[in-house]
Amino acid sequence: MLKKRVAARIDIKNEFVIKGIHLEGLRKVGNPNDLAKFYYDEGVDEIFFMDAVAAYYDRNSLEEIISKAAKNVFVPITVGGGIRTINDITKALASGADKVAINTQAVRTPEIMDEASRIFGSQCIVASIQAKKIAHDKWEVCVDNGREATGLDVIQWARKLEQLGAGEIMITSIDQEGTKKGYDTALCNRIANTIHLPIIASGGAGSPQDISHLCINADVSAVAVASILHYNLSSINAIKCDLRSKGFNVRL
Amino acid sequence: MSAPLIAVIDYGLGNVRNMVNALNKVGAQPILTNSKKKILSADALVLPGVGAFSHGMKQLKEHALIDVIHKFASTNKPFLGVCLGMQMMFDKSDEFGETKGLGLIAGDIKIINIDSTKRQRLPHVGWNNIIVPDNALSWEGTILSGIQNNADMYFIHSYAASPILQDVLLAVTQYHDYIFCSAVKNGNIYGVQFHPEKSATSGLLVLKNLISLA
Repeated sequence: MLKKRVAARIDIKNEFVIKGIHLEGLRKVGNPNDLAKFYYDEGVDEIFFMDAVAAYYDRNSLEEIISKAAKNVFVPITVGGGIRTINDITKALASGADKVAINTQAVRTPEIMDEASRIFGSQCIVASIQAKKIAHDKWEVCVDNGREATGLDVIQWARKLEQLGAGEIMITSIDQEGTKKGYDTALCNRIANTIHLPIIASGGAGSPQDISHLCINADVSAVAVASILHYNLSSINAIKCDLRSKGFNVRL
Repeated sequence: MSAPLIAVIDYGLGNVRNMVNALNKVGAQPILTNSKKKILSADALVLPGVGAFSHGMKQLKEHALIDVIHKFASTNKPFLGVCLGMQMMFDKSDEFGETKGLGLIAGDIKIINIDSTKRQRLPHVGWNNIIVPDNALSWEGTILSGIQNNADMYFIHSYAASPILQDVLLAVTQYHDYIFCSAVKNGNIYGVQFHPEKSATSGLLVLKNLISLA
């Protein structure tokens, strides 16, 4: 049986792990390589390194961190934030990433998704969506780490990204992000019912129960967690044990 | 004794760096290469690969690697194909129109048959268990030696191998109702559909076994 994946999301700014609330008010919480190694040893299924301000400043700077992590972390590593060109993807993969997550550039030039999935294979391309709730059952796509609204409807955009050849969809709720108040389960459920790609849910986990609650209410393939691990509110093992006690398969 | 020299075929596809990292971790001396001489003088060969079958075969041809791969396969030295690398060891694939493979193992590559009306998703991404097949070879003495039956490995693919001869089946994996070949063995030729370099301790053990066979 395929397992639910528990992924650690490590947001990075200027070489430090940072954590904000609603993707803003960023605080330093540690060294990205130390945390990645620690989470790997604790049994994390996957690691996401996200350059938190890269899109805003038009840069990407995680190569050194990735190449260091890839030498002692033997689970999949995804890199996101500021991936703008095919060359950026080539560089991220060459430094040791297994996949790249693309958000802002997919909105600016959707063709990059199509081109990237043809060159590197869909399995390599994670489409990242930052969603802001604007009405009941309605969410708008944001870019530049939540700073800019695009006018795109999240559900339609997810459908479009699937057509463009994405291999997985990572959905981050800006409203829930950093609040530790639980995922936006309605949002995840709408996306899960709309597309047939694996879905990685991100934004809001504050307890193992938030994660199992999401899995019960939306067919997500993976959950990304940050605060809960960074602030030592729970452990990867406790999250997986809780999921297992609710009937989900996990890797223990 | 010096560490076994493992050639990892570099043919411009995907992320081969991590295979090198993992082989380093388990004490091998990996070398990323497309030189015929270096490939043939290695103690073991790894053919990694991600992406589309037709693109992978095209890249192998463009780098003039088909002959040297066949030559290496005909030695008694261990040869491991990973993910697309395993798939290319078979006769052919349906992905983007029929494409011929290396023909080292009889069988073909087909899309994973799922029921999309039941919200079954593709690609098959994540950790899934590898199982000793009913009529199987034991894992003893193979690259899966010491791995527990049902161990979790990391997969990411939409297509899977269907070998013609059951006796090459080394492990199977189930996704929804679809059971596919997740590891194969034909003499010194091995293929794994999962990514040992990304499958934590169990995956590293697979690579360690490869070295000890070398």
